[in-house]
Amino acid sequence: MADIRSLHDAVADLVHDGDILAMEGFTHLIPYAAAHEIIRQGITDLTLARMTPDVIYDQLIGAGLVRKLIFSWGGNPGVGSLHRFRDAVENGWPRPLELDEHSHAGMANRYVAGASKLPFAVLRGYRGSDIPTRTETVSTVVCPFTGEELAAVAALNPDVTVIHAQQADRNGNVQLWGLTGVQKEAALAADRVLVTVEEIVDTLEPRPGGVVLPTWVIDAVAEVPGGAHPSYASGYSVRDNAFYQAWDPIARDREAFTRWIEENVRNEQSAKAAVR
Amino acid sequence: MTDNTTSADNTTRTDFTRDELMEVNAARALAGARTCFVGIGLPSTAANLARATVNPDLVLIYESGTIGSKPTRLPLSIGDGELAETADAVVPVPEMFNYWLQGGRIDVGFLGAAQVDRYANINTTVVNRGPDKPEGRLPGAGGAPEIASNCGKVLMVLRHSTRNFVPELDFVTTLGHGAGPGDRKKLGMPGAGPVAVITDLGVLRPDPATAELVLTELHPGVSVEQVRAATGWELRVSDGLGATEPPTPQELAALRALKNAGKSSGKSSGKDA
Repeated sequence: MADIRSLHDAVADLVHDGDILAMEGFTHLIPYAAAHEIIRQGITDLTLARMTPDVIYDQLIGAGLVRKLIFSWGGNPGVGSLHRFRDAVENGWPRPLELDEHSHAGMANRYVAGASKLPFAVLRGYRGSDIPTRTETVSTVVCPFTGEELAAVAALNPDVTVIHAQQADRNGNVQLWGLTGVQKEAALAADRVLVTVEEIVDTLEPRPGGVVLPTWVIDAVAEVPGGAHPSYASGYSVRDNAFYQAWDPIARDREAFTRWIEENVRNEQSAKAAVR
Repeated sequence: MTDNTTSADNTTRTDFTRDELMEVNAARALAGARTCFVGIGLPSTAANLARATVNPDLVLIYESGTIGSKPTRLPLSIGDGELAETADAVVPVPEMFNYWLQGGRIDVGFLGAAQVDRYANINTTVVNRGPDKPEGRLPGAGGAPEIASNCGKVLMVLRHSTRNFVPELDFVTTLGHGAGPGDRKKLGMPGAGPVAVITDLGVLRPDPATAELVLTELHPGVSVEQVRAATGWELRVSDGLGATEPPTPQELAALRALKNAGKSSGKSSGKDA
């Protein structure tokens, strides 16, 4: 059963040094506030998994908390590079970053295998690509029925998955809607699950295309209005595209980045808000 | 024209840019398609322009899970809210890749690229920057390997330069035609692969006999020499070399309207988190 907790306490209890951590959300519902709480608590040596690392992982990588990244597309969508990610990979700043790299189809299927508690998933993928030469989590398997050779991708089972949703009820049942990405799979693949929500409501009204995660697959729910910003929560906010564009010059420069994290994440006001 | 090209045809209106030539021709390439898996950036511009011009019923599919998106402005990301709000259906990401893409439901995959070779293979992973320098890091594969494999055919759009059109890829992220005809079949790839590469100088298409990209059309005001100089291998020119039609006023108006509508989409200043 999910406990309703403060963001500070939920992160402190559920996210540990050295964890494999997935913070999913495909452009929509990215759990930024939880990532910032991880930065404030200095939880480190993380292996981060995410299909699209986005600015959220650029921040965690630049803050020096990440030793390995499992991903399939590492850019600032529509803007350009993730400069902190590139600096870590190319120059080892602020620490070297190990990569386990996939295609989107491969990553999605790794989560599906993880949620299904199977050792691997099969797909018709990676054909002719050099990607399998750089990862140990892609191989091939021969179909026992047709003889076709298919790609096999190892299951991805995070120690902890963190997602953001629109609503939870007071018992900790969660509903998200709009672009629901790979969050259901990432949550069900994980040992521990933390969900931040825009709002805690008395009753969850069923939504078209909505995904409901029952309280008994979740460890903690934290009410964090605006917790996806600069990503968004359909029905509550719109994607702050201007922030994504403004991030580019901030992230280009190590000092500007470090200053931004100090002023916007490690400040007292943000820390106080997380304790509520 | 606003750049350094000069039109050979003085009767042609020439107030458009090279990028607009590329975008308009990329949109035209979608005439007749039913469904298109849309990459972000130039492919998204082309696909949305196609809906406004040559193919109003084109079903736009974005990897964030939207099927039949009808945005009124160009999205910045493949997951902008308007893509979901205007879609016929929104599906989870594993379903998108497994049932819809791998399931063979999508006619055209539209991709951009950082590096392309003569067989339309694509690199979006790493570039070699010379001895003693670390590999340059690019975003990675995203959906491209399986889009290129599983869509009925593939269109590509990117700017033409020797940086992008290289003799040899530093890394094959996404297979186009491999090392020549028959390679896709050998690998069991269901789709036909790249059929056209639309650039700001012209259009390249694979020679049916060799699968090598050859120059088949020039944009107005562009010379063969210019295209060859911007290509990192010895580019062959089709015997039947043609010319693309200049953009019509309607095409230009639609393209500019889409772009201008996109400019008013943001709201914040980089403060806050």
